[in-house]
Formats: sequence, C-alpha cells, structure tokens
Amino acid sequence: MSDTTQVSEVIQTAPVVARDALLSIQDLHVWFELRRFGFGHAGYVRAVDGVSFDLHNGEAVAVVGESGCGKSSLMKTILGINTPTKGDVVYNGKPLTGFNRADLKWYRSQVGYVQQDPYGALPPFMTIQNILEEPLIIHGVKSKQERLDRIYKALDEVKMTPVDEFLPKFPHMISGGQQQRIVIARAMILNPKLLVADEPVSMLDASVRVEILRLLRGLQENHDLAVIYITHDLSTVRYFSEYIFVMYAGEIIEKARVDDLIRNPSHPYTLALLAATSDPDAKNVDEFQEVPPGEPPSLVNPPAGCRFHPRCNRMIPGVCDVDRPPEFTIEPDHKVACWLFKDE
Amino acid sequence: MAEKILLRAENLKLYFKASKGVVQAVDGVDFSLAPNEAIVIIGESGCGKTSMAKALLRLLPRNVDTYSGSIYLDGEDIMAMDEEKFRRDVRWVKMAMVPQAAMNSLNPVLRVGDQVAEPMMVHHGVSKEAALDHAKTMFQRVGVPVDFINRYAFELSGGMRQRVAIAMSLVAVPDLVILDEPTSALDVLTQANIMNLLKRVKKEIATSFILITHDISTSSELADRVAVMYAGQIVEVSDNNRFFTRPLHPYSVALMSSVPRLRSNAVLDFISGQPPSLINPPTGCRFAARCPKRFDKCAQEPPTVTVDRRQVKCWLYT
Repeated sequence: MSDTTQVSEVIQTAPVVARDALLSIQDLHVWFELRRFGFGHAGYVRAVDGVSFDLHNGEAVAVVGESGCGKSSLMKTILGINTPTKGDVVYNGKPLTGFNRADLKWYRSQVGYVQQDPYGALPPFMTIQNILEEPLIIHGVKSKQERLDRIYKALDEVKMTPVDEFLPKFPHMISGGQQQRIVIARAMILNPKLLVADEPVSMLDASVRVEILRLLRGLQENHDLAVIYITHDLSTVRYFSEYIFVMYAGEIIEKARVDDLIRNPSHPYTLALLAATSDPDAKNVDEFQEVPPGEPPSLVNPPAGCRFHPRCNRMIPGVCDVDRPPEFTIEPDHKVACWLFKDE
Repeated sequence: MAEKILLRAENLKLYFKASKGVVQAVDGVDFSLAPNEAIVIIGESGCGKTSMAKALLRLLPRNVDTYSGSIYLDGEDIMAMDEEKFRRDVRWVKMAMVPQAAMNSLNPVLRVGDQVAEPMMVHHGVSKEAALDHAKTMFQRVGVPVDFINRYAFELSGGMRQRVAIAMSLVAVPDLVILDEPTSALDVLTQANIMNLLKRVKKEIATSFILITHDISTSSELADRVAVMYAGQIVEVSDNNRFFTRPLHPYSVALMSSVPRLRSNAVLDFISGQPPSLINPPTGCRFAARCPKRFDKCAQEPPTVTVDRRQVKCWLYT
C-alpha cells in the first residue's frame, strides 16, 4: 500500500522523468538495524534516508560527501548488495526489489563496479588473464577464442599494451595505476550500461590520477555509459562529471550541474566543503581555513529538521531545527534542500 | 649562510638490502631547514620520502645496507652519536614524528592520555600526574576535549585520533616535527581542521615542520619551502611562492600540471611512464626517460645548481 503512495509522490515531485531513465532511485531509504546482545531492537542506523534521482544513458554524476554520509551504502544498494528498507532502485523500468536470482545475475552484467583500492580488489593468486576471463565464464561466454578476443579488446581500451605481456602477470607485478586499469577493464568486459566507481583514484598518485580519470571519461563517451562517481574530493569532480550531488548525513542536500555548483554553491554545507578544498597557492600559508564546528551527526539519532543545522552559521531558529527542508529549485537543474531558499 | 639553521642534511644515503639487489631509497640528499620553518617534501609514492623521514630519526628497519652522510641538528652531528645518546637526547626531545596513518598507530589497549603522557615521563622524568597534566594542556592545544584523556583510540573519530597523534609528537616540545602524510586518510573538512591546527602550532610554539605528502594542494597550506623528490633524490628546493607559480625542474612542472584545481580551468596533464626502479637506477638524470625536455647531456649525472636562491638538479639550468 505504501508503495503506491511513494511512487505517486515521486511522480509529483519529479515530473522530468518523462525521458526514460536508465536508473531511477526513488525515495530510497537504507537503514541498518542495531541489535542489543544479538537480539532485541536497539534502533536503526539511517545510512541513506530519502534519496531520489534519475540517471540517463551516457550521464555522469558525482556523489560527493564525507565518510559516513551514506555514499557507500547508496552505492552498495545500487549494486544490489544492500536491500532497501523503503523506496526502490529501478533499472530500465524494473525495480530491483522484485529481482530473482536470474534477474540479479543479468543486472550484474549490466552494472560495472570499480573499487577504491585496486590491489585489494584483485585476487592475488590469479593472473590478469584469469581475472578478466572469470566474469565472461560466469556469464556464459562459451568459446575460448571469443573470451580471449574480448580480453584483448578490453585491455586495449584501458591502454594496457602490449596485451600479451600483461596477460600472464599477477596483480603484485604491476603498478598501482596499472592495477586500477585492470579493475576498470574487468568492470567493462561485460559491456555494462552503468559504471559505479567508488573513489577510483583516491589511492593513486597525483600524476596517475588524471590519467585514470581521463580514461574513465573516454570510456564513458565511447560507450554512452552512465557513470556514478563516488568521491570526497571535489577538485577531481569537475574533470569528470556533468552533475554533482552533495550528500550529508544520509541525504542529498544539493544537486546541480558541476559548473553551476562551483559558480553558485548554495547550501551552507556545500560552501564549507568548497572553502576547505585548497588549490596549490602560496597564499594559503597565511590564512586559516573556515571550517564549520563539530562533526557530522550520528545516523542513529540524526538531529530534527535540517541535519546540518547544529553546525550551520545561517541557521534560522524555529525553522531549521524543526522541519526537514524539501528541495527548492533555485535555477534550472539546481536544487537545494535548505530553508534559506524557500522564497526563490 | 647568515640565517640560523636548525637542521642540515648532507649527502644522506639510506640503502636497503632486497632479494634482487640494493634498493637506493635515499640517494645523496642535501637540504637544510631554519627554525620555525616548514618544508614540504613532495613526490610520487616510492620516491623515498618516508625512507628519508626514517633516516632523519634513525628509525631503521633490519635490512639496511648503507646508512651514511651527515645530519646536523643545532650544529651537532647527530649521525655520530651512539644509539643510546640519540634516543635520550634527540628522538622525541628535539625531533618527533607523526607516522603515516598515525590514526591507526595508536596503541589500542592504552588510554590515549597515557600514550600522550609517556614521552614526558620517559624523557623528562616527571611523575605520572604531572605528565598527565601536561598531556591535558596538549589536548587543549590541538583541540581534543580534555575529558577524552581517559578514552581508548577506538572511541575517537579519525580526525580526533590524528590530533592525538599530533599531541603526542608535540608533548616534549621538540624543535622539529616530521609529519608523514598527516591528512591523506581524512575527509576534506577534517583535513582543513588539521592544517589549521598545524598552522596555529607553528605560530604559537615556533616548531619547525617537515611535511611529507603527495597532496600538493593541501601541502600549500603549510609550506614555507618545497622540496621535490624523485627516485631517491631531491630534484628541486624552492620557496613556496615561486614553486607554486613557476616550478623549475621539468618533473616539478609536470607534477604541478597534474594537480586538479577547483578554481581554474587549466587542462590537466599527466606524466606518462613510471619512475625507475631504485635497485638499478639509470645513470645520468633519473627523470630523463620521462622528460619532455631531455637532451644529450642528460645521460650524465646533473649537478645541483642554485638559480636565484632555488636549488635545482637539472642540466637545463647550468
């Protein structure tokens, strides 16, 4: 019963859904139950609390937030690892909660995943050829020759050439940047429509980061791939995605095109994040950075109203600490969940 | 030089024995540091930054092959000291370190207050009560609530643990603190907080810092001078102003153009290829194979030349 009301709400608040979205996140809640002594309910960790957005073919969005804001829980729910408490992830019009085993297997061939730590993500006892062959075997590519052809193509695309030289190597024999390319090749080998990249460059050296970001961007353009790029580093976002969603304490608090967000950041939390991101400049030495006081709230008992209000320097008493702010549209494609923008 | 010098390293070398040969992790490093100055050492992973920090503090692993050169601290050659004198008079008293991933380097079964108090008891022989009092003032200074003194490491957030590790390095009021990647595992806002804290400490208690990092943007928050390391050698030392606008060495130029920036539209570039193996580093300039400006002379070892009070190890400037 509650499902139908949710769907109608979503349709009311987001009439733009007209174009068929590849992935539609609808009022998603992911709560983890806390138990006392292994049983007995002791509350919920509200890791994701009411997140909605649509993603179309060929679109890249970045989800930015600090650790513990729920971005990994959101990602794992999209990958079908966590089950939603409320709301749903809808892929190509099919809700994930209704998937059976076969559907899930098909879904996993449609969605690629690039992990944060490439060394941890590659099995140390398998050669690169085995690593890349495994998904093809699982997803029923019977012919050995076809598997090899696809491996060559995938490695060629991530610029791991000459391919023959890398195939018999083990992950520890190649550099971190090359490991990350193998992870990307593995994510791409089943020709997915959607790629989820969880901090794909945070473990890499500055000199390699740009290379990997550019590679991902190239793949995205060549394959009309939708990409969800999860990161805490705002400075890399603008080199990669069109849209940016800022997450705080389980909610998306600002959605905008990247350029709009950097030109006109609106939520006080976004302003704080931007202010704390430094560019290399000798002047920085003489200035202290402005940082909001305190730490992100506990997701077990998040503050009432706007979750940022205890740290916010523009808090409106009686409003921000009482009611949860809805999304206000302040310019086309730019939405802010903050009471300061009520009149606009 | 007329300026007072706190620390000077000359031809510092630290080689390790490995199964495939000798790894020349730190290969003839020279630099100096003035009191209350912060120098940032930047470079790719594996270029010898952390090994150099360990060489300065003589925190050596067992597989050392060569450990040579001179390190002068306040004019005294600390390389000549025996182990006991070094431990008693230098380590933690004059020179302290915040190790990489310091937040995970706290002892999980000791209260954080006791860990911060320990150096005072060991080095200055004060009673436990006095040391704990001292730890409390340190906690205030680094912005950790004083009642956290009885907590364990797992009860603190990452940022708080990092502050505790910084408090621990500062407790015996050393002249020099070496920070190895102090903010790399932290969130943006926490990073900004820690950098603010270090700036304040630098003003208040006139400490010198050696900051080792690969995050060039964040390093600009603290750097008075910048040293760039490549394949075990320092290739450029420059003041912050000129380094961040006009780096000299081709490697520094490439490194700076690979830094993503929030507030400019500069097109990013990356350095193709990989740093050379430190087991048998190439003769001549070690960056030559990746350098867009290489020429015949680069096959020979480049000298370190001083250009306008900046040092650069490159044939282009001779």
